[in-house]
Amino acid sequence: MSVLTVEEVRKSYGGVQALRGCTMAFAEGAVNGLIGPNGSGKTTLFNVMTGYERPDAGRVLLRGRDMTQATPDAVFAAGVGRTFQLTRIFPRLTVLENVHVAAQRRGLLGQLRRWTSGAEHERALEALDFVGLTRLSREPAGSLSYGQQKLLEFAFIMVASPSVMLLDEPAGGVNPTLLRHLAGRIKALNAQGVTFVIVEHDMEFVMGICDQVSVMHNGAALMEGSPEKVRSDPAVLDAYLGTDVSAAEA
Amino acid sequence: MLIAQAIIDGILVGGFYALMAAGLTLVFGVMDIVNFAQGALVVLGAYLSYALSVHLNIDPFLSLLITVPATSLLGVAIYWVLIKPIKRDRVVMSLLVMFAVATLIEGILDWVFKSNLVQVHASYVNKSFQLGRLNFPAIYLYAFALSVGLLALLYTLIYRSRFGRSLRASMQNPVAARMVGINTDRVSAITLGIGIGLAAAGGMVFGTTNAFNAASSYDLISRLLVIVILGGFGSISGALVAALLMLVIQDVVAVVWSPVWGQTTFYLVLVVVLLLRPQGLFGRRAVRAQ
Amino acid sequence: MSATDVSNRTATDSPASYDLPRTVRFGSLLLVVAALVVFPLVFTNPTITSVGVFAMIYLLAVSGWNIFSGYSGYIALGHALFFGIGQYSSAMLTSRFKIPAGWDLFALLPVAGAIAGLAAVPIGWMLLRVRKHTFIVLTIAVMFIFQLLAFNLRSWTGGSQGMQLPFPTWSGAYFNEPFYYIGLLAAAIALVTSWWVRRSKFGLGLLAIRDDEDRARSLGVRTTRTKLVAFAISAVFVGAAGAIYAPFIGSVFPQFAFDPSFDLALAVMAFTGGLGTLIGPALGALVIGSLQQYFLLQFGGANVFLIVYGLLFVLILRLLPQGIVPSIAARWRQWVTYRARNTPSTGVPPDSAPDVGRPFDVVLNQGGSA
Repeated sequence: MSVLTVEEVRKSYGGVQALRGCTMAFAEGAVNGLIGPNGSGKTTLFNVMTGYERPDAGRVLLRGRDMTQATPDAVFAAGVGRTFQLTRIFPRLTVLENVHVAAQRRGLLGQLRRWTSGAEHERALEALDFVGLTRLSREPAGSLSYGQQKLLEFAFIMVASPSVMLLDEPAGGVNPTLLRHLAGRIKALNAQGVTFVIVEHDMEFVMGICDQVSVMHNGAALMEGSPEKVRSDPAVLDAYLGTDVSAAEA
Repeated sequence: MLIAQAIIDGILVGGFYALMAAGLTLVFGVMDIVNFAQGALVVLGAYLSYALSVHLNIDPFLSLLITVPATSLLGVAIYWVLIKPIKRDRVVMSLLVMFAVATLIEGILDWVFKSNLVQVHASYVNKSFQLGRLNFPAIYLYAFALSVGLLALLYTLIYRSRFGRSLRASMQNPVAARMVGINTDRVSAITLGIGIGLAAAGGMVFGTTNAFNAASSYDLISRLLVIVILGGFGSISGALVAALLMLVIQDVVAVVWSPVWGQTTFYLVLVVVLLLRPQGLFGRRAVRAQ
Repeated sequence: MSATDVSNRTATDSPASYDLPRTVRFGSLLLVVAALVVFPLVFTNPTITSVGVFAMIYLLAVSGWNIFSGYSGYIALGHALFFGIGQYSSAMLTSRFKIPAGWDLFALLPVAGAIAGLAAVPIGWMLLRVRKHTFIVLTIAVMFIFQLLAFNLRSWTGGSQGMQLPFPTWSGAYFNEPFYYIGLLAAAIALVTSWWVRRSKFGLGLLAIRDDEDRARSLGVRTTRTKLVAFAISAVFVGAAGAIYAPFIGSVFPQFAFDPSFDLALAVMAFTGGLGTLIGPALGALVIGSLQQYFLLQFGGANVFLIVYGLLFVLILRLLPQGIVPSIAARWRQWVTYRARNTPSTGVPPDSAPDVGRPFDVVLNQGGSA
């Protein structure tokens, strides 16, 4: 059973075709890896799946529900949280406040109560503790390093407890010790039923954590399968080696 | 016939509004700065022409040879001293800075010239030409010719000169422009100078056709901003069309209904357009597509 | 003022606390309130107390304005619109209901505030569809629309003739004091509201909008609703300020009710004190509002003040864009950090998240569009 499906999605910017009929399915309850050379359309696919971009053609389905025209907030409300390759945090809010923004509350009373009240505060503190940012919780988030911002973004998505988490290069700028910790956390959340889709260039990380890996090339799906299968597939190697990176970037 | 006259008046007056608005929208296009002081600078230009005509008996049109370069230099100075140092949140901060500059200029003008209304005089101010039953005030015709001439000059500068190439490059992508060796600061400073020079030229016309004082700047800037928003921030051609359109609408409403509602219509059109098309009538930065 | 509401954790890696001790905070608050309450009793000179009234009106208006513009980052330069609506509401209600201008006058305060707040809903709905510079420009334009309406709807507003308000019934010797205390009370309510918004989930949403509106929205913050509610709340207080101002002055005119220099005044005060902080704008209002009126009464000539305002605003934006309060707060944080580092017993924990960095990855990934 797949949780997120894209069917024949096309997206072009001017003359550049970022996605050329991409069809892919991500399995429910799995840690899905999404790899591919630079410019193969991974981030564009993320943007299309989370409502940040409208595809020119094709459909996006979340558990069979058509989300092609959904806005980012609707996608988030449907339980799909994402992080960004270049982090998007709230630079002038403190680290703790950042985490609280994503904690959902319903109703007027919820809006009127202080933001630190309720069970979500424990969750927020716990999330910060997990990513090791507790010590910095009162600092403005803009003063964090890139790697710390990545972790902060992960923490605040975590607090919203989405059922699907799309992570755009979670390992970028994160030190190896913490990275292992992060992998453990992803595994733990996955065991609780959270589905992951992870775009990552760190092959060791991807191969170590993912149940299934999809490969993109030139804006379309190249293949998918178990990490072992993908690793040994000659077509994948060709895609990585045969692509002139700078030309594909355009 | 009244309506035909109103349309002609609207077009003639719209000409120099287009001139002032072009300065405003050009500055925005190049450096994302809403020059809120444009209205005050128009009034400054009007007062300069007024002072030159009263004290030195210089013809208002001739006085432009002094006032335009002088205000342009002021614009360059404003860029280097006040705009360039802004680091964070440039669009909003620069708007606030220019708002402060506008207030400062208004205060100084009010202090120097007092608040009684004045008007720039010249022998031809009250002359007019007749064509059938239509009336063409001489000053409006001269002003319209001046506006057309200056706008043509502006277009030549932007699309035919080396400086224009740098300017257009800075508009499209400041970072890339800097990388290929364009001094974007210099381009920005000169652009602000040009924009403010156009305000001074418009100010001379404004001063000869209206009685004004320092507080006139608010009315002016809100009209100019309406024009620029409707035309799409950064689009010169959009500003030209919007200026003519708005002034014609205002004059027709004034004739058909009542003069007091003419100006209100001006703003109401803005509200209606923004409800339907928040990006303005002609979209954003049409100038870049040309 | 962003590091206020965190309960102290006692873990070894607990974050540095930047808060002053509770006693100090409450003590200074009491001191300020007491000083403001006894002020007119000590300085009974009518010139001084009238300066006090203006300070209270500005305090109320700026504190209200800050709830929207300070927290959301949408700089509204047209709140004179609501100041004017408050003034005209007060004038129209007194003339319509023949209110004898006694204490009943102040019963109109919440009514005028409510009218301004209600007017803010459709206006805000329209304005908040655009952002940044277009928003700022439109706020000014809408204010001018109302000024023109006030000039043109003569049967309602009296046009350029303005409207007269009834003279208060209380003794002329104590003319100013009731206005002062009502202003102080209303300003206190505005500041409490501001404080409460700042610590509420709603306020956090506003601050998130200030930093990155699209991201906030994608994280489930109801941005449109949040902005609109804050806009209306701010309009209520600015409207109430107008309803104190009008009867105090005794008349309402379009160009003074919908006055662009009032917009500038609010922005200058808020920026000087510290936009988006709780006490910064209040501080700005008390200092600049009092100075403005004092100089006006001493030397006359509004133009001089325009020059002063313009210069002051340019200088603040140029030299201290954060405002006074955040600059002091930043110094304070530096000092706390410095002190913590130089106290050996605390034993600052080793950096739990050293940023080794992976330049290779970073370089590799600059191409995609995020």
